[in-house]
Amino acid sequence: MAETKTPVERPLSPHLLIYRWPLPMVMSIIHRITGAGLYFSTLLVAWWLMAAAAGPNPYSNFAAFMSSFFGRLLLFGYTWALLHHMLGGIRHLIWDTGHGFSAAERERLALATAIGSVSLTLILWVFGYLVMGGSH
Amino acid sequence: MAPGKMSTPLGRVRGLGAARSGTENFWRQRVTAVANVPLTIAFVLIVVSLLGRNHAAAAQILGSPLVAIIMLLFILSITTHMRIGMKEIIEDYIHEEPARVILLMANTFFTSCVALAAAYGILRLSFGVFGV
Repeated sequence: MAETKTPVERPLSPHLLIYRWPLPMVMSIIHRITGAGLYFSTLLVAWWLMAAAAGPNPYSNFAAFMSSFFGRLLLFGYTWALLHHMLGGIRHLIWDTGHGFSAAERERLALATAIGSVSLTLILWVFGYLVMGGSH
Repeated sequence: MAPGKMSTPLGRVRGLGAARSGTENFWRQRVTAVANVPLTIAFVLIVVSLLGRNHAAAAQILGSPLVAIIMLLFILSITTHMRIGMKEIIEDYIHEEPARVILLMANTFFTSCVALAAAYGILRLSFGVFGV
């Protein structure tokens, strides 16, 4: 009498979209997203310079917008995106020289980009508030 | 450039083939990336130094020669970098003919407008309309 075989516990075929995202891949996506974000945020830079050139009233309108909660949120995001894109860009420039391609180096560079951008952003904002002398 | 002997008659009529400028954007994106690093650091320092200052002080600092030139270089470099970067994004995701061409044009228009608006602001401050 044939024994009914109990099915062997095999891993199910994983869905193609379900896997742990490798860190360098996440950094690559974020590099593109921050790039696109910075693209549109440059409107703020242009507004700032145009307002400064237009006179005290337009400039204070700009300053009022930037010191509002939404303005600060935008500026905080802009700071982080700028620094992240810059560090990510340096990573790409390192790769352009043919270095940093081993798995361990890729992981380390990705981690350095993430940690570097967040900590530099925080340092810059703390420094910024110190420059403002707590007046805002 | 004139199509070489290797191209097919159809290719010659269409004028397609290697344009001999395939690496131009790649290279320019690297050049501006390298320039962007010191210029961005300088830009951040300029912004921090202007925090909380009134219009007169900000206008004077932004219009001073060194700051104005750094800002102009920054604007030139980032807007070039922006145009090539967004071109790459559009080419990656938008394949339908009219949308693609329209967006590529819009990209050039946008980056040109932002660049010139910002440069206009810097130059106007720099040429002293507020009597430095």
